[in-house]
Amino acid sequence: MRYVVFLLVLLVIPVFAGEFYVGELGAVFIFAVVGIAQMLLTGYTGLISLCHAAFLGLGAYTAAILLAMGVPFLLTIVAAAVVAGLAGTLIGLPTLRMSGLYLAIATLSFGSIIATVLAKWDRVTGGWSGFIVPTPVVLGHALGGPVWLYYMSLAALLFVLWMSLNILRSPIGRAMIAIRDSEISAQSMGIHLSRSKVTAFAISAGMAGLAGAFYAQYVRALTPDAFDLLISIQFITIIFVGGLGSLHGAIIGAVFVRLLPQAIALLRDDLPFGLGRMPGLEPGLFGLVLVLVILVEPGGVYGRWQKIARYLAAFPLSRRSTSTRQRSFTRSERLR
Amino acid sequence: MGNPRLVDPARLVQLTVSGASSGCIYGLIALGFVLVYKATEMVNFAQGEIMMLGGFTAYTLIAKAGLNYWLGAGLTVVIIAAFGFLLDLLVLRRLIGQKQFSVVMLTFGLASIFRAVAGMGWGYDPVGFVTPFTNKVVRVGGIVLSETSMSIIVGTVLLCTALYLFFARTRMGLAMQAASQNQLAAYYMGVPVKTVFSLVWAISAGIAAIAAVLLAPVAMVDVNMGLIGMNAFAGAVLGGFGSIPGAVIGGVVVGVVEQMAGYFLPAGFQETSANLVLLAVLIIYPQGLFGTLTRKRV
Repeated sequence: MRYVVFLLVLLVIPVFAGEFYVGELGAVFIFAVVGIAQMLLTGYTGLISLCHAAFLGLGAYTAAILLAMGVPFLLTIVAAAVVAGLAGTLIGLPTLRMSGLYLAIATLSFGSIIATVLAKWDRVTGGWSGFIVPTPVVLGHALGGPVWLYYMSLAALLFVLWMSLNILRSPIGRAMIAIRDSEISAQSMGIHLSRSKVTAFAISAGMAGLAGAFYAQYVRALTPDAFDLLISIQFITIIFVGGLGSLHGAIIGAVFVRLLPQAIALLRDDLPFGLGRMPGLEPGLFGLVLVLVILVEPGGVYGRWQKIARYLAAFPLSRRSTSTRQRSFTRSERLR
Repeated sequence: MGNPRLVDPARLVQLTVSGASSGCIYGLIALGFVLVYKATEMVNFAQGEIMMLGGFTAYTLIAKAGLNYWLGAGLTVVIIAAFGFLLDLLVLRRLIGQKQFSVVMLTFGLASIFRAVAGMGWGYDPVGFVTPFTNKVVRVGGIVLSETSMSIIVGTVLLCTALYLFFARTRMGLAMQAASQNQLAAYYMGVPVKTVFSLVWAISAGIAAIAAVLLAPVAMVDVNMGLIGMNAFAGAVLGGFGSIPGAVIGGVVVGVVEQMAGYFLPAGFQETSANLVLLAVLIIYPQGLFGTLTRKRV
């Protein structure tokens, strides 16, 4: 019920809000789609990927290039998801045998290879001079402008949410969660580890590619540096800030990550010591937030909210100890 | 592109030496990764950024404060090592027992904080300082080699020898080996595991500082110089991530491959060659040259 009301509010926002804010909210939805993709992979399957920006980029370039060739818009969205999903499978097949650390390094270098390819293969991608994204035309109507983007991204977000909820209830989703909690016990319960991991990776990459088709419409001109490592780290920041292992978290995190730069821009002139004018403030703040979240509240915003909700639900009877973290010691990941 | 070039042996030697010298830098950074990984099972993605901080510290001491090169370099290493010690003491120690990717992301966060702070403090323009090796060349036969490349290679060899002696012969070095093999057993034997971990961080930060000082005459010091840490990863993985000689040798191989790729292959391959090597090693031979692969017994 709450969600229905929330959705209705979201549906009428463009009627009141200015074009700029509608466009920014559209970007929040796109980032939320990538956040969900990353959440399925990292938050639910426990696999780290530092190349989701590359999947986003593959999707964006695929959609934009096909649009320029005159392919119908809806087909380009599908193609974007398929291309990114295939890339995910391609990199997932050999690397997913590795443990967490090696996977992080492998995806890191895969991401930077893709970024270099996007920059150097300039006959197709336009390289550093950029690739202008054509406005999609559906049934004779040009779908330009932030309001259309807003509704299209909202639709994409709802579709991806619906899909993720279903995936998480299906055997694949259960297998993913089991793998996250213990690979060995998942394996001994008959889960085919590498197949489930590759499936999760492909789904996640495909979702990021789908988001890319819309992201291309948001940025209008694609350049390779929009899809480098720093953006991948932003996606990870989304899920850490929002809270690992919850779809709510992915959306909360996306709101945070997209709105923080806006907040900085608004406060730019009011911060003391000229701090707001320092270049590099934004990535530094992202780093700081990431560090603080990991140190102080590994559950993220949603985890903290759940603690507060539990406290309120049990109000006079709640004890401090229900939400204190257990002491833990180093568990070796070398031997697995 | 792709036109056949004459392979001139002298040119080949020069390429190898300059590749080996940038490879030694990769090797030193990789050594930092590997030391920390072996001891604490954490991977420090901010190692390149610690090197960047070392470069700026050396610049401040040598170019700004006007200290003697050797004194400035020594002070830099001490300062950055102390920084590494405090970093472990105050931040990373609190993450013991948490999931590995939390640590990975924490170090990524630290890296962007370091970059932002360095940018605010020292600005975004590349800076440099004069060293005793700048603009000098060594001639061996008909081959011209820059003295900076030689200084990097010699410095790396000396440092590796010193580290080897430290780990093999000193009490603290043995304690570090013990703690890295089995923390609990080392703790029972009276090794102060926490202090040992912090010291390992200090050593690895100190190595990064040395790498920065050695690199300064070749590449300018700037905020984004830490990105070569990514190439160092290729070296560490090639060497088997967890093997100390492997890290240095892997780094050198990656450096040479990079130079050769720049010479023989079309444009664009030089930048990605380290990444391609890395992926190839991970896919084909994941245990690396000197690594060991173990499986958990249930």
